[in-house]
Amino acid sequence: MNFDDTPQEGAFRAEAKAWIAANAPKQYEEELRKASLGRFQLKGANILEVAKAWQKKKADAGWACLHWPKEYGGRGSSPIERVIWQQEEGPFGRLSSMFIIGHGMCGPTMMAFAGEEQKRSYLPPLASGEKIWCQLFSEPAGGSDVAGLRTRAEKHGDEWVINGQKIWTSGAHYSDYGILLTRTDPDVPKHKGLTMFFLDMKSPGVEVRPIKQASGASDFNEVYFTDVRIPDSQRLGTVNDGWNVSLTTLMNERMSIGAGVSTGFPELFDFCNSLMLEDGPAIENRAVRSKLANWAVKASGLKYTSMRAISALSKGERPGPENSIGKLVAGSMIQDVAAYALDLQGAAGALSGIEDAEVAGKFQAMLLRAPGTRVEGGTDEIMRNIIAERVLGLPGDIRVDKDVPFNKIPTKGRN
Amino acid sequence: MNFDFSDEQKQMRDEARKFLSEQCPPKAVREVLDGKAPYDKALWKGLAEMGFLGVAIPEQFGGAGAGHLELCVIAEEMGRALAPVPFSSTVYLAAEAILIAGSDAQKQKWLPKIASGDAIGTLALFEGHGNPSPKAVKVTANGGVLNGVKKPVADGAIADFAVVAARTGSSGRESDFSLFIVDLKAGGVEVKSLTNIDLTRGQAEITFKDAKAEPLGTTGEGWSVITQVLDRAAVLMAFEQVGGADRALEMGRDYALDRIAFGRPIGSFQAVKHMLADMYVSATLARSNCYYGAWALSTNAGELPEAAAAARISATQAFQHCAKNNIQVHGGMGFTWEFDCHMYYRRANAVALGLGSLSYWEDALIDRMRKKNAA
Repeated sequence: MNFDDTPQEGAFRAEAKAWIAANAPKQYEEELRKASLGRFQLKGANILEVAKAWQKKKADAGWACLHWPKEYGGRGSSPIERVIWQQEEGPFGRLSSMFIIGHGMCGPTMMAFAGEEQKRSYLPPLASGEKIWCQLFSEPAGGSDVAGLRTRAEKHGDEWVINGQKIWTSGAHYSDYGILLTRTDPDVPKHKGLTMFFLDMKSPGVEVRPIKQASGASDFNEVYFTDVRIPDSQRLGTVNDGWNVSLTTLMNERMSIGAGVSTGFPELFDFCNSLMLEDGPAIENRAVRSKLANWAVKASGLKYTSMRAISALSKGERPGPENSIGKLVAGSMIQDVAAYALDLQGAAGALSGIEDAEVAGKFQAMLLRAPGTRVEGGTDEIMRNIIAERVLGLPGDIRVDKDVPFNKIPTKGRN
Repeated sequence: MNFDFSDEQKQMRDEARKFLSEQCPPKAVREVLDGKAPYDKALWKGLAEMGFLGVAIPEQFGGAGAGHLELCVIAEEMGRALAPVPFSSTVYLAAEAILIAGSDAQKQKWLPKIASGDAIGTLALFEGHGNPSPKAVKVTANGGVLNGVKKPVADGAIADFAVVAARTGSSGRESDFSLFIVDLKAGGVEVKSLTNIDLTRGQAEITFKDAKAEPLGTTGEGWSVITQVLDRAAVLMAFEQVGGADRALEMGRDYALDRIAFGRPIGSFQAVKHMLADMYVSATLARSNCYYGAWALSTNAGELPEAAAAARISATQAFQHCAKNNIQVHGGMGFTWEFDCHMYYRRANAVALGLGSLSYWEDALIDRMRKKNAA
């Protein structure tokens, strides 16, 4: 048990720190520090351009996608070096949010299933942020039930023709490529008739429509496919084995641990330190302290749980389903934390404009974004099922559609 | 960086688990639960022979000199097994107080006896309601004798000696408190057993009437030692709590797999699954906080006060949560004397209070975080 750096880790940290100090876009540091879940603005600058420039600079100096092999644009770093980098990158790491899906899920899936030539041509620009990738899995009829998707892919010679609709696709409006899960055989049970592809998002027949979310922002999209043609060479994995390919993607999603899930706690703690209540500073109020302490131990518990997972990874163990804890705990915590920060302000807590609200509306933005966190990438309920079934070994739910051909599964609850 | 125990430490954990599963099955815990013995003497001797009582005591004082990480590993297993022995009072409280504040002679006198199982010790701190606070201490020390009443004192009725916090000045400031070692078998000491919700661990009231007391550490520095002892014990106790939480979760999981209702194992119902998943989450968060606490304890890091409070809160919550919901998963059977669920429920709720209650530690954590922030 050692929470200190080894000499090698210390040397790596010093190198990273020095490079960041010399190269990071410091003019945005203050705004990035203030950024929170649901609110991310850089005054007078295009976030996408700033983010791409920072990513490119990192890539050129060998600091992008640290854990990827060098030949694909990475550095071949250990999981612990990755954590050290993230700690040192600090608020500048927030600029990476639009690359997370590409780096965390699409890239690793390409690494596992694309041809060598494809990997060498597609992965380095993904690592350097020159090309942004998205993941086209969810559909209106298949949210948590991913395998229930209906987008069809039909083989025509050396090409596949895609028709259908995806939804909740983060970043599709600025993505260059995507990985796409389709149905290639509706006559077999749902998990057995799927196939994975990757495609150019500028392909004819792809239409991206932003969705206005409950929070008012538009980070997600609907994506429509009308006779979109994909060469068979862009298939990932074998035909009808798309479910297993997607599991690789989702397994890699869990590897994106260590980035430090947002809990809202540091923000709330700072706020309570500065907020004055009628009878004195909020931090000195007994009820406030009790709430804070409860969240403090959840936040630290998550932090050290991810450190334990990284230790296991660095010893060569595979990331397990136990890592589902992070999103499950942080998702509902951030929602509660934000609501409590508003509660402490009384009537004025409802004010959300940057000028009118305390801490520039940070907690209001958090509150409005939080419901999405509890749903995206698997709902709280799905996360609990994963823990119960794959960690604790409890029986799976009874699946009435398991052996039924996909096209015989009922599509409506009430007639 | 390495956020895990070493292979040797894990091996020690396996050894302790094997030993305790053989020597301390639920049947043995029930002997004490049912009042047939005040504690499990055979187990106590066995623990001494295994070297577990002196695992963190330096070799020069008769211990194994392994260290506190090793003690954490043992503590977790003691908690899993609900071992009905005065391990926490003797090893986490009395021995640690002597290690921190004792003179060489005091260490030579007491630590080998603790390591060999020949002396049971405890910490006499509380005086009725309330949490650790200098203000609550009324017992006085004057001219080498103590007067006053301590309660509850964990394992007080079976202890040979106690480390006692007493008032040595009259201003009520922290510097008016000092620690003493009192031989509980000597004159001027009256011990009365008290009933409590954890029937596997005794509590007592100890009355001192001009009881002879030997100073432990410097006069006027008692409170600072108490704080250090409580922080260390908080980490160690948190490992016991995590051990108990894990075992309660395991019992719930096993029952959910075996018990059939409505034609299915009850573990296939989402409501039950989700309850067990939440138990796993709280036990895991607590374990991770404990690991940080173990590191801080073993390296005597400046982070110990904050890490100890976090481990304590998290583990208290996890054990209470798991013990409570283990009964719920078991349904009506969980509420019977015959099933073991209540033993964990009792222990979870009793250990939540022994070092200061949850709200006390919540307050302490925020204080410590503020200090760190201000620094």
